[in-house]
Amino acid sequence: MSEGTVTLERVWQIFGADEEDEGVTALADVSLSIADGEFVSLVGPSGCGKSTMLRLISGLVVPSRGRILLGDKPVTGPTPDVGFVFQAPTLLPWANVLDNVLFPLRMLGEIGPDSIDRAHDLLALVGLSGFEKRRPDELSGGMQQRVAICRGLIRDPAVLLMDEPFAALDALTREEMCGHLLDLWHRQPKTIVFVTHSINEAVFLSDRVVVMSARPGRIADEVPVDLPRKRLMEMDNRDEFHHATQRIRAHIYGSRDKGAPPDLAPDTAPKLVRSA
Amino acid sequence: MLPLAVLIVLFAVWEASVRLLAIPVYILPAPSRILAATWDVRGAVLMHGVATLWTVLAGFVLAILVALPLAAYITVSSFGRAAIYPLIILSQSIPKVALAPILVVMLGTNILPKIIVTMLVAFFPLVVSTATGLSAVPKELLELGRSLRASRMKELLRIRMPFAVPFIFSGLKMAITLSVIGAVVGEFVAADKGLGYLMTSSLAFFNTPVGFGAIVTLSLMAMLLFQVVALTERIFFPWSLRMVH
Repeated sequence: MSEGTVTLERVWQIFGADEEDEGVTALADVSLSIADGEFVSLVGPSGCGKSTMLRLISGLVVPSRGRILLGDKPVTGPTPDVGFVFQAPTLLPWANVLDNVLFPLRMLGEIGPDSIDRAHDLLALVGLSGFEKRRPDELSGGMQQRVAICRGLIRDPAVLLMDEPFAALDALTREEMCGHLLDLWHRQPKTIVFVTHSINEAVFLSDRVVVMSARPGRIADEVPVDLPRKRLMEMDNRDEFHHATQRIRAHIYGSRDKGAPPDLAPDTAPKLVRSA
Repeated sequence: MLPLAVLIVLFAVWEASVRLLAIPVYILPAPSRILAATWDVRGAVLMHGVATLWTVLAGFVLAILVALPLAAYITVSSFGRAAIYPLIILSQSIPKVALAPILVVMLGTNILPKIIVTMLVAFFPLVVSTATGLSAVPKELLELGRSLRASRMKELLRIRMPFAVPFIFSGLKMAITLSVIGAVVGEFVAADKGLGYLMTSSLAFFNTPVGFGAIVTLSLMAMLLFQVVALTERIFFPWSLRMVH
C-alpha cells in the first residue's frame, strides 16, 4: 500500500466522557478510505466533526475507538509526516516568508543544503517569488495563506490536510486560491483532505466529496465528482457540477427536512425546527 | 510639538504666579530658581543621580530575571497556573512601599533593600504581561509545534517566547517607570545617597528648589530609560510594533 492512502476504520470520537458524563460524541463509527493522490473534501454543518477528522488523521487527537492508518502505519500520536494548513495562516510574525516556510524543517532539525531551493520552488509555484524576505504583516491574507500552504508542503508530505483554509478570505481571493491549489496539486500530486463550508468549492476541487451529518458526526454520503481532472473555472456550468452540488445540498438540508431544500418547500417550514 | 508648547505655557504661568504673588521660595520656588539652585549643586545631583540609576537598573534587571521564568512556569505548568498565579495577583494588595522599612531592618541600610523594593514594585506588570503573551499564542501554532514533535521547552523557546515579545515589551515599559519609583521609595527610607535621599535631606533644610530639582532629574531619568526600552524594541524587534493585540 502506498504511503499516501488514508484509512479510518470504525472511528469514534467522544469528548469529555468520564464516569458521570457520557460526553459529546463528535464522530460515530466513521469509516473512510482515501486513495493515494486523491483530492477529498469534507463538507457538512458546523459541529459535524470535520475538523476533528483532520486532527485525528494528523494524530493531534487520539480516537476514542477505532483506528487510523496512514499508508499501512497506524497513527498513534502527532506526526510531522502529514502537512497541515489551518483556517488562519498562523505564520510566525517575527520570521520572514522564507523562514516561515522552513520552520518545520528547523524544528525537526532537518534543514539540508537543498531545503532553501525547495522553499524557493514552492513559493514560486504559488506566485510568491520575490517575497522571501517580507514579513507576514506585509502580505495580504491570501498571500499569507499561500505561505502557510508552502509551509505545509515543505517536507513533501504524501498527505496534506487543509482545515477551511480559504474561509477567512474574500470570494475573489478564494477563487484565485483554488486555482493556486489545483496548480500545486497537479505539479506535486499528493493526497489532499480538504474541509470546507462551501459546496461549490468542494465540488470544484475534489475527486470525491464526503458529506457529513451533525451530532454525532457520521458520513451521510460520498459524492464522486465526474468532471475532467483538469478543472477550469467555467466548469461550474456543467451538468456534472450541478448533479454533484444538488446531491450534496439534498443531504445537508435533507437531514433537517426530508428531501427538498427548505427554499423549495415553504409549506414545510415549521418542520425545520425539528432537529435531525 | 503641541504638548511641548502647553508645557512651556504651564511653566511660564508658574514662573509668573510665583513672582506676582511673592510666594516664599521654601514653599514654591519658581522654575528659574529650581534650575539655578540645581545647577549650583550639579556635581552632587550627578553623584546622587548615578547612585539612583544603579539601584533602578539593578532592581529592573532583577525583576526581569524573576518575572520571565516565573511567567514561563505559570504558563506551562498547570500547578503554577492554578496555585502560584492567584497568589501573585493577591500579592498586589500588599503595599510594597510599606515593606521598605521592614526590609531595611531585615537586610540593613545598604543597597540591597533598595534593590529589592525596586524589584518588588517592577516585577508584577512584567509577570502578568509576559504570562499573557505566552498564553496568547494561537492554538493552531501550538498544534503545529506538537505535530513537529516540539518538546515543552522547545515550544516555549521557539514559539511562545518570540510570540510574547510585544507583550514582554509592554511589561518592560511599565516596569522601568515603576523601577524609578521603587528606587526613590527605597532611598526615602534609608540611604545616604541617591536622588530620593537628596530630596529628603534638602527639604529637611527647607532647600525646596533642590528638592524640586531632584524630582525633575528623576522624571528625566524615567523618560530616558523608557525611551531606551522603546528603542531596544524598535531596533531588535521591529515586527513587534506592528503586531496587533
